[in-house]
Amino acid sequence: MSTIDTHTETPVTIDETPPGLLRRILRQRQAKVGLALTGVIVVLAVFGPLLLPWLTGYTSTEFAGRPFQPDGLFGTDNLGRDVLSRFLDGGLSLLVFAALATGLGMLVGTAAGMLAAYQGGWLDSVIMRGNDVLLALPQLVFALLAITVLGPQGWVVVLVIGITHAPRVARVTRSAASAVITEDFVRASEMYAVPRWKILAKDVLPNITGPLMVELGLRMTYSIAAIASLSFLGLGMQPPAADWGLMINENRTAMTLQPWGVFLPVLAIAILTVGSNLITDAVARASATVEESK
Amino acid sequence: MSTLAPNMEQQTETALQVTDLRVATTLGTEILHGVSFALKPGRMLALVGESGSGKTTAGLACLGYFRTGLQHVGGSVQLTDGADLLELSDAGRRGLRGGSISYVPQDPALSLNPAMRIGTQIMEVLRVHGYGASEADRRNRLAEVLTDVGLPNDAAYQRRWPHELSGGQQQRVGIAMAFAFRPEVMVMDEPTTGLDVTTQALVLQTIHQLMTTHAVAGLYITHDLAVVSEVADEVAVMLAGRIVEQGPCDQVLHAPQHAYTRKLLAAVPDLAGRHRIGEVAAVTGAMPIVGVEPAASVRRPAAADPDTASLLSVADLRLSYGSATVLDGLNLELGRGESLMLLGESGSGKTTAARCIAGLNDDYTGSVSLAGKKLEPGTRKRSAEERHRIQYVFQSPLSSLNPRRTIGESVEVPLHMSGTFSRKQRRALVLEALDQVQLAASFIDRRPGQLSGGERQRAAIARALVNAPSVLVCDEVTSALDVSVQASIIDLLRTLQVETGMAMVFVTHNIALARHISQRLAVLHAGRIVDMGPTDEVLDNPQHSYTRELLTHVPAL
Amino acid sequence: MLGVILRRLSISAVILLVVSMLVFVATLLLPGDPAQAILGQQATPERLAALREQMNLNDPFIQRYLDWLGGLFVGDFGSSTASGGSVGALLGDRVVNSLVLMVAAAVISIPVGIIVGTYSALRRGKAGDHAATGISLVLAALPDFVIGIVLVALFSTTVFRVLPSVTIAAPGEHVWDYPGQLILPVLTLVLVVIPYIIRMMRTTMIEVLDSGYVEMARLKGVPERQVIWRHALPHAIAPVAQVVAIQLAWLAGGIVIVEFLFRYPGMGQALVDAVTNRDVQVVQALAMLIAAVYVVVNLLADIVGIMTNPKLRTGGMR
Repeated sequence: MSTIDTHTETPVTIDETPPGLLRRILRQRQAKVGLALTGVIVVLAVFGPLLLPWLTGYTSTEFAGRPFQPDGLFGTDNLGRDVLSRFLDGGLSLLVFAALATGLGMLVGTAAGMLAAYQGGWLDSVIMRGNDVLLALPQLVFALLAITVLGPQGWVVVLVIGITHAPRVARVTRSAASAVITEDFVRASEMYAVPRWKILAKDVLPNITGPLMVELGLRMTYSIAAIASLSFLGLGMQPPAADWGLMINENRTAMTLQPWGVFLPVLAIAILTVGSNLITDAVARASATVEESK
Repeated sequence: MSTLAPNMEQQTETALQVTDLRVATTLGTEILHGVSFALKPGRMLALVGESGSGKTTAGLACLGYFRTGLQHVGGSVQLTDGADLLELSDAGRRGLRGGSISYVPQDPALSLNPAMRIGTQIMEVLRVHGYGASEADRRNRLAEVLTDVGLPNDAAYQRRWPHELSGGQQQRVGIAMAFAFRPEVMVMDEPTTGLDVTTQALVLQTIHQLMTTHAVAGLYITHDLAVVSEVADEVAVMLAGRIVEQGPCDQVLHAPQHAYTRKLLAAVPDLAGRHRIGEVAAVTGAMPIVGVEPAASVRRPAAADPDTASLLSVADLRLSYGSATVLDGLNLELGRGESLMLLGESGSGKTTAARCIAGLNDDYTGSVSLAGKKLEPGTRKRSAEERHRIQYVFQSPLSSLNPRRTIGESVEVPLHMSGTFSRKQRRALVLEALDQVQLAASFIDRRPGQLSGGERQRAAIARALVNAPSVLVCDEVTSALDVSVQASIIDLLRTLQVETGMAMVFVTHNIALARHISQRLAVLHAGRIVDMGPTDEVLDNPQHSYTRELLTHVPAL
Repeated sequence: MLGVILRRLSISAVILLVVSMLVFVATLLLPGDPAQAILGQQATPERLAALREQMNLNDPFIQRYLDWLGGLFVGDFGSSTASGGSVGALLGDRVVNSLVLMVAAAVISIPVGIIVGTYSALRRGKAGDHAATGISLVLAALPDFVIGIVLVALFSTTVFRVLPSVTIAAPGEHVWDYPGQLILPVLTLVLVVIPYIIRMMRTTMIEVLDSGYVEMARLKGVPERQVIWRHALPHAIAPVAQVVAIQLAWLAGGIVIVEFLFRYPGMGQALVDAVTNRDVQVVQALAMLIAAVYVVVNLLADIVGIMTNPKLRTGGMR
């Protein structure tokens, strides 16, 4: 039996092992910049609280002097607390809540989307209609409704933002999964009577990681923005806790006098969200090129 | 005189002369390495090549058009007046496109603007190039050209949207658009791929008529050598960006000089079965039903069947989607070790029938029986044993393997579901299957993205073989492959049949393969078998009018 | 085509109905007694009972839901627990004010977004495209209030001091009497919404420009401008209409932050106040209003999509 002589076939451009998605992402400039930016802020937010009070001499709730004075490095805030201290302490809760909300949304949304795409029929209709209902209210308004009823507590915010992410994630998952489900290798697995959950896990999920990672990035960026916005409105973290969103609101009346109370947290949030979006963009470009070479 | 060098002699006036054309990607890789040919009025040159040969690039270059990522790096395209098309400005080239030199696209569904009525789209060519003196002139010409291509020319028809037309009609609109301004040169890019045989014959006829009546110089790009002999005067064979052979049709096709041309011609299945494609002795009516014992291996022994005449029996298979009837009472018999071709054009229901048999589709009424025992519709309801015995291979090599899994993992899937094999045993079985399909053991850890189309199809076949089936259902498994690759897969399938003694249902639309792969032939039309019997009999003595019509329209070398 | 549109309409209506139920459920979940909240701690039990009766608080849940729903249609949104007055009266002006912002933002962002997106697609890969894409990326990432604060810092407090950072119209005056105060809020909204429009337009145009029929038009010798206008743009309308609709709907939510930031007397500000005061009736009314805007705008976008798709117009294909 002769082995195949590949030279009898017309030369087809065959990829050498395409570099893994991760490597492809990291090769791009956006990813490097994004990771740097996000990294700096994350380190700041995580380790900031640990540096108090020895770095600045104050905790985030101690009174340091008169309100809106330019003493110290960045002055005092609306109640006379040290701005730098409050700034160092203000990022962790934001990150934690944003991560939790995103995680919740991704989990529920991905599961719902895949099930809807795979099962089809009535389950699909139910999930899609449920999506439509949840999507009929802007995320922020939904959050406000929940907070009216349940109060501005951490778990409420995480839960409601997570729930409002789910339909958006489900929609993307469903459309990506639908494209994969019509592929013949899924039909082949069905033909071999592979259990349904296994088909979803091994055949569908690995082939939709591209869009899912993009969604993850987008949702994370939005979570950070939403939670900071709620705090800004005074409906998230409550005083006297230190929180970037809250700080911005507290100090904006005196922006002309003592801008640092506003600028530091604004800068931090801006860098964080832009960095996160740059990473998401790099992921999107990387997974798009994978699609083309398939 | 057929030559290997480009023919520079110009006996008749040349409408378009391509000289030493070089095209490269924007990154520098050259993909056309100095291509030369001449197009003469009233004569058709066929540019033949498999995928990746560069034929479409060469064809588009005749219009001075290069797709994104490609650039012209050498050579010229000269018109009758001697001017080099590629030296003209953008505006200059645009003036010629659609006017003096026009293009008929491959896939009209993609090339017709779905939001524009077909009349408007054809008129656009006339307006842009300023045909005639008035709008009325142009309207007349529109009506005229529609008649020329065999379409109705009334106002109602002109107002139709592209999606309201059939594939053949859309293709003819494409030809009308190309012909409206009475071009001197027409470049046709695989205009009949995807059309069924009868429509293809009509379209080819139309083209021939237009070209000879109006002395148009034609370039016909294709991969189908059989069509070439019907429609072209001269042939140029392309391989990897070069023309390897060029000359008059009968010379190149019947007395090829270059090794590649010979290989290509050898791989083209001919209806008459006069030559064998591939190396294994052809499965024809002369060959008795194979009754060879499968080689001893780790597999479990074949179950003892009750002594029935046929292995697979399909009775009164019916299936409808809403009001559309796809299968209308299909009856089929397949003997042990036998090879049956299920022939049908698009829309005949052949894929649906194949899927019902294999259990991929469970919506049908009627019965599918294996060795006398009726099978449940749908594989999930069938026993593991029954699932093993009937296996199915998909058409698309791209789609049938999970791109995120190695070949080994994909081929192993059926083994996971068949119960108690240890990991070592599974690996051994996978290696054995790969060996059977002539893939080296190293393929086990590669991903589909690293394999060519033919290799992927072999892996898919390996997956079907790993459970030692009695019946293999092949659904258009070679339709997406180049001709030479097709020949090697046909070869493989015949080898497998001889070695394993399994029966095969080979579903296809390509009747030319009949004598190369099947002992019996069943012709499917509108959900029903209209002709069935030993291959030779059906081909030489067709009973049904549909079969007869099909046979008259099949292009032959 | 009409059938498809009617079906979309009825689906939208049902969605809105379900949303109303969701919104109304908030009443059940609210701890405390609405009557108590209105009358205060000193209220006598008889007055509380009387008010409860008047507010129909003793009726079964379904009855109260239907009453509320009916009220929505006639413009009776219940009474505010904070002010005691009718919610409708409270909201009337504010709705108008918010609409001013939204319409102004839409009128600017939609054409500019479409033009920049198209330009970006046509100059794909060149400097202009990179600049536009980069700016869009940054704007899309930043939360609304950050954009607002940066604008305030730029034009109002720190860099230049030319524009007001709060709304200065006295009650009784219209917001448009002092157009200067509208600039920053509208600009904020525009910058919030425009990156998505640009991105969607760019993506759609690129897809269309790469399509078979655009290539065919070029191969027919059609001049590039006609190719874009007659072949490319018409196919970009439907997806862009979708995004535009989503952005308009987003505006309905985005005004919350912007109005709060600029102390603009609109629906958004009212909503935040109501939430802070746990004034459920107002929150419900506003939530329904905003949801209605959302649903209607999406419906219009879908209808545009249906009408520009010839396959659905002729009913030739499902």
